[in-house]
Amino acid sequence: MSQTSKTVLILGASSAVAEATARLYAAEGARLLLVGRKAEQLEVIAADLKVRGAAVADIALCDLGNVTPASVAENVAVWTERLGGVIDDILIAYGVLGEQSRAETDLADAAAVMQVNFTSAALWCLAVAGQLEQQRAGTLVVLGSVAGDRGRQSNYLYGATKAGLDKLVQGIAHRLSKVGARAVIVKPGPIDTPMTAGMKKGGPMWSTPQAVAAIVRRAADRGGVTVYAPKRWKFIMLIIRFLPDAIFHRSSL
Amino acid sequence: MLPPSFHETQALRSWGRVTQPRQFVQKPAWLNQAAAAVTALDHDGSVLPVGLGRSYGDTALNPDGGVVVTSALDRLIDFDAATGVIHAEAGISLGSLLAFLIPRGFFLPVTPGSQFVTLGGAIANDVHGKNHHEAGTFGCWVEEITLARSDGTIQQLQPGRNDGFFAATIGGLGLTGMILSARFKAIPIRSSLVETETIPFANLAEFFAIAQESETSWPYTVSWIDCFGSRGAGRGLFSRARHVLSGELRAEADATRVSIPFEAPGILLSKPVLQAFNALYYTAGKRHRGTRKTSYKPFFYPLDAIGQWNLLYGRQGLYQYQSVVPPAAGPEATAEMLRQIAAAGQGSFLAVLKTFGPRPSPGMLSFPQEGTTLALDFPNRGESTLALLARLDDIVRAAGGRLYPAKDGRMSGDLFRAGYPRLAEFEPHVDPKFSSAFWRRVKTAG
Repeated sequence: MSQTSKTVLILGASSAVAEATARLYAAEGARLLLVGRKAEQLEVIAADLKVRGAAVADIALCDLGNVTPASVAENVAVWTERLGGVIDDILIAYGVLGEQSRAETDLADAAAVMQVNFTSAALWCLAVAGQLEQQRAGTLVVLGSVAGDRGRQSNYLYGATKAGLDKLVQGIAHRLSKVGARAVIVKPGPIDTPMTAGMKKGGPMWSTPQAVAAIVRRAADRGGVTVYAPKRWKFIMLIIRFLPDAIFHRSSL
Repeated sequence: MLPPSFHETQALRSWGRVTQPRQFVQKPAWLNQAAAAVTALDHDGSVLPVGLGRSYGDTALNPDGGVVVTSALDRLIDFDAATGVIHAEAGISLGSLLAFLIPRGFFLPVTPGSQFVTLGGAIANDVHGKNHHEAGTFGCWVEEITLARSDGTIQQLQPGRNDGFFAATIGGLGLTGMILSARFKAIPIRSSLVETETIPFANLAEFFAIAQESETSWPYTVSWIDCFGSRGAGRGLFSRARHVLSGELRAEADATRVSIPFEAPGILLSKPVLQAFNALYYTAGKRHRGTRKTSYKPFFYPLDAIGQWNLLYGRQGLYQYQSVVPPAAGPEATAEMLRQIAAAGQGSFLAVLKTFGPRPSPGMLSFPQEGTTLALDFPNRGESTLALLARLDDIVRAAGGRLYPAKDGRMSGDLFRAGYPRLAEFEPHVDPKFSSAFWRRVKTAG
């Protein structure tokens, strides 16, 4: 356990990857602030984290995907205060998968996916980046997706929101590099979580929340701006990005 | 019909992989969802909680019915560092519990041969370990169980209370309701290392002598038996171990070293290959006789190092067969079973022999009882395998023994009833919406 325990802010703390990551921080004796919508779930997670060794596991209720710009800035200030004035690591891990076919016919549905996955998340990123810049330290880790690397018919709206976050985080990383803080986008492939309930799972493409969490935790300490989880996706997506349209369009991915 | 929150799949199989039924699966992430999943069934729906799928036969299958997979319910609720009493959600694996307990100086009070077993599964099968002669079954260490029933009630079960529901749920094969969480007592250790000793034996008489001699000073004992050697005389390797009294407390990572990528071809399971494997294993073990210190993992969980080892048994899968017979009948019944296996030429990779101690199991349907237990695995060769197992049944029945439901996929209802005299006492505790392939089979088949 480290001598000075890290302060960690987790937005979307009841997601499976966030919870698995929080357990790694808890084992290090970190001080955690868990943000999400559902008090009951957050309390169960906080109790688990305390048993596992977290010095602090507090919760804050917030509907992260539906916020006004003013409330974002205010909340980040309040939460920073609750963590003692400095955030060492912040993880943004909430999002919705949406349903591509429904979003194509129901634009309100499409707007909701964009609001949650990109618009709101971008606001949190910007507000937190300001805090890290001021601290001249700390790391922002954002959960993206391999779906953001190339638009494909089955989930391009979700992919577009994650692609937007990807570029945003790249820019924030560039900006923070001037003051010694960091930003990282972690891009997992499909993960066996409640978000993907009902899909056919298993096989080499699927990961567990625990495996992705280990990569997220490492990425918060060191490494580049873009991290694939697991790493094999780096090579798979390299090929997929460079497939000529003529070939790609014949697929039904 | 089951509610739409259950997804149809044929992907969930038992560890023996003999059947591939259609089931409707739900994997709740929260205890209230798990409790809700078992209340949402209409008149003809049934449901069964399932953990990590290490049961071999059909106790963890519910063909055409609902299955609630518990493995996402893996949170710790409370831990008392002074007493070692830990309270956790039912889907946590024994491996995850060890990763938490070992650095804090505690160990599982009882552990089966795989750490890929959930807490709920350990209770529902009242699992035993290499320390049965000292510690009894896992259920002996359980202090409280939270059980969700299909009528929407949630019960806190404790030993000696709740009209027998505690004793019915321990070893109750998941049929008395959905175990949401449980509290049990871990045991203190001072090191994660174990001191092990391997002693080769040439026959069963030697085995029983070493077992008796070991019981007072070695908390963990187990033996591997060569089913092929010397026409079933029962040569083998006796392992015994104890926790080292000082040293580091280090939990090993879960990493599986290698994984079997696909179903092995039949040739791997042919008699000459199995015979050669057994002979080599015996010779290697003989060469490594003596004492050494190792991490807890290779001693307790040797097979966990090989991912999906069940695929070695090929497309047809495997049958496990674990029996226990009373002490007086032990030597003769074991010898007779080994003779039958040798005669049939159907031995297994890993045959395991152990003596169970006198500590009573707390469950109405707990498998362990004082005596000799023999665990065998057989590649499924259809009729000839089933015929051999039926001959073994006769030996077990004549000796007054019983079979372990967690390993079983074919025992007759008659043999089950003969082996489990408390069945009538158990039955009223079964939740009317809970069922399994095993339960339907032993209730209806002769």
